[in-house]
Amino acid sequence: MAGRRPSPAEEGKATSLEQLLATREIVIACGSGGVGKTTTAAAAGAMAAIKHDGKVLVLTVDPAKRLANALGLSGFGNVAKRVPTQAFVDAGVAPRGQLWAAMLDTKQSWDNLVLRHAPDEGTARRILDNPLYQNITGRFVQSHEYIAMERLYELHTDGDYDLIVVDTPPTRNAIDFLEAPQRMEDFFKSRLLRMLTVPYRSRLVNFASKPFYTVADRILGSQFLEQIAEFFILFQTMGPGFIERAEAVTRLLHDRRTTFVVVTTLEAAPAHEAEYFVDVLARMQFHLGAVVLNKVLPAYLRAEAGTVIAEHLVADAASLGKELADLAGGDEAQVERVLQEVAESFLRFQVVAQREADEQASLGRIPDVVATVPYFDTDIYDLAGLLRLGEEIWS
Amino acid sequence: MSDLVGLLDHRLLFVTGKGGVGKTTVSAALALLASQQGKRTLVCEVDAKGNLADFYETGPINYKARELSPGLFAMAMDTEQSLDEYLKLFLRIPVMARLGPVARMFDFVATAAPGVKEILTVGKLAYEVRERHYDMVVVDASPTGHIVGQLAAPQAINNLVQVGLVRSQTGWMLDILSDHRCTGLVIVATPEEMPVNETIELTGRVANETTVKLAAIVVNRVLPELFGRSEEEVFDRLAEPENRARLDAASGGSTTALIDAARLAVTLRRTRATHLDRLRAAVDPSLPLLYVPYLFARAHGLRSTRQVAEALGAELGF
Repeated sequence: MAGRRPSPAEEGKATSLEQLLATREIVIACGSGGVGKTTTAAAAGAMAAIKHDGKVLVLTVDPAKRLANALGLSGFGNVAKRVPTQAFVDAGVAPRGQLWAAMLDTKQSWDNLVLRHAPDEGTARRILDNPLYQNITGRFVQSHEYIAMERLYELHTDGDYDLIVVDTPPTRNAIDFLEAPQRMEDFFKSRLLRMLTVPYRSRLVNFASKPFYTVADRILGSQFLEQIAEFFILFQTMGPGFIERAEAVTRLLHDRRTTFVVVTTLEAAPAHEAEYFVDVLARMQFHLGAVVLNKVLPAYLRAEAGTVIAEHLVADAASLGKELADLAGGDEAQVERVLQEVAESFLRFQVVAQREADEQASLGRIPDVVATVPYFDTDIYDLAGLLRLGEEIWS
Repeated sequence: MSDLVGLLDHRLLFVTGKGGVGKTTVSAALALLASQQGKRTLVCEVDAKGNLADFYETGPINYKARELSPGLFAMAMDTEQSLDEYLKLFLRIPVMARLGPVARMFDFVATAAPGVKEILTVGKLAYEVRERHYDMVVVDASPTGHIVGQLAAPQAINNLVQVGLVRSQTGWMLDILSDHRCTGLVIVATPEEMPVNETIELTGRVANETTVKLAAIVVNRVLPELFGRSEEEVFDRLAEPENRARLDAASGGSTTALIDAARLAVTLRRTRATHLDRLRAAVDPSLPLLYVPYLFARAHGLRSTRQVAEALGAELGF
């Protein structure tokens, strides 16, 4: 394969996203909802496909329809599709490498897991057909987060890509998806699972001495409990496979070829969550490659010189209105109003910009790479838009 | 059929929205407003790991309701404790069975088994409404991705659990949820692409998959309009390169930053306006749309909750 990347031994600390994506094989984008995580992951992947020779995969979770269309993902599940070279040409660039995209299909991934780990096809079918299967796998042990990491592991070990950029599900807590594999493992080893699978109808069990079952029976009904028991009995057969897998996934997350990118805006809530992410990554000894800040207000909003002018305009709007009225149609009152509005608007936004600058300073202390992205005047919904974003974060 | 119930005349309001749009802010503000209007109000946080307390700048919020200010009470859902209360109140299960490892076991089953956790949440809320412990219950509910599951829980349980006491409980819960004069859903959105997309999609799903009425949409972080049309023309003229020198001279220095900032403000407002138009076009015209302005002066905390409450109050005509 042409265009060899530097080996892990050669790599020093990356000072740009470009370097980061050149030296790592797995990049995991994390952050709270609404900060542009999916778009950022897609943009980073697109840039890597343009600048580096090799196959790049962007694994997305829940892209907006237009973005999905732009990446050629409409209506497809786990199967990866290549973003056609023509799409890049239309956007005005010639990619050195290839960009592929896949959506995370949780249901399909769970089904595949069951088929992979069940001791035989018969057991697999009974699990898949169990009426509780859909619901239970949808909600326990941080299912979506676990599946995202699982799928990543699967893609990585298949060895088809030089770089995988993962867009993670928006979680309330950073720890959820970082600990998901461990929790999966803990569940399979737990006393709880054993308790749930005690033969429910066994005549050897004295129900009077098992308050849990009597209470459960009255509340949920015995049929439901039987279904749960049956499900978990079957589920338990997959234990060894899941445990081994979960351990391997955790190892991959800690691997030297893996890095994390925290994406956020500078609004209070997502920024605080991002700070928390950064802390957790450090504590759990994952590699923090970069922090990407979206929708950053321009620096000129913080200029003190601007404040002085703005305050002057507010104070003297009336006389300035008279003085400058001839420039704009002669209506003094109108010019006065406009000057006042412009000045007050500047001061309002300045307060926000200053607050956000403090937040940025706080977030920027730890990571080696901090990339900032300004507001764009249109939403990002096609490859050209992604590349615009990509250029901002790349170097 | 127009709904004649004012927003604050409901007894149970669920507040939802995409992550990041200010769902908790609006929940906190709505509850505060209701209490200020003389209603004995309970605000309930569904996510036990949430941060509702930050919006009132108060200590931890627990399962047992606590009075934050006159007439305003706050609680946070807790699976184990709600289960315990449920067992005690409805099933009269002896104390022994409710304690310790049994309860922990139940917590897991409640989490893993479909709908049970939602039933406990909805059940607890419906119970408070039924018993008239409060005039109004405001729920800081699940985000848009999960709210339908939460609201449809009683029906889902009905389908899944064929016998047992849980099933027999769902009837009265459903009655409360489907009573349009009692219960309503409030969707919070910001005038941006994804929140508006999800809001529009959600209105359809709520109508099709639940019996809960959509009571209002709150549009949060609305930017002020900087100029009217003629004023914008004036601005454009003042900003013209050939006029800049005089403008700068009169202003005492370079106005470039101010001009650029004004253009940015106009652009931001304009892109958001297109999303807002899209939202308005997609929803029932009789559905109240309440606007909350972007708060420039502060991030979040009790003061901003009060300001949002004030804005909502003005929108509702108080």
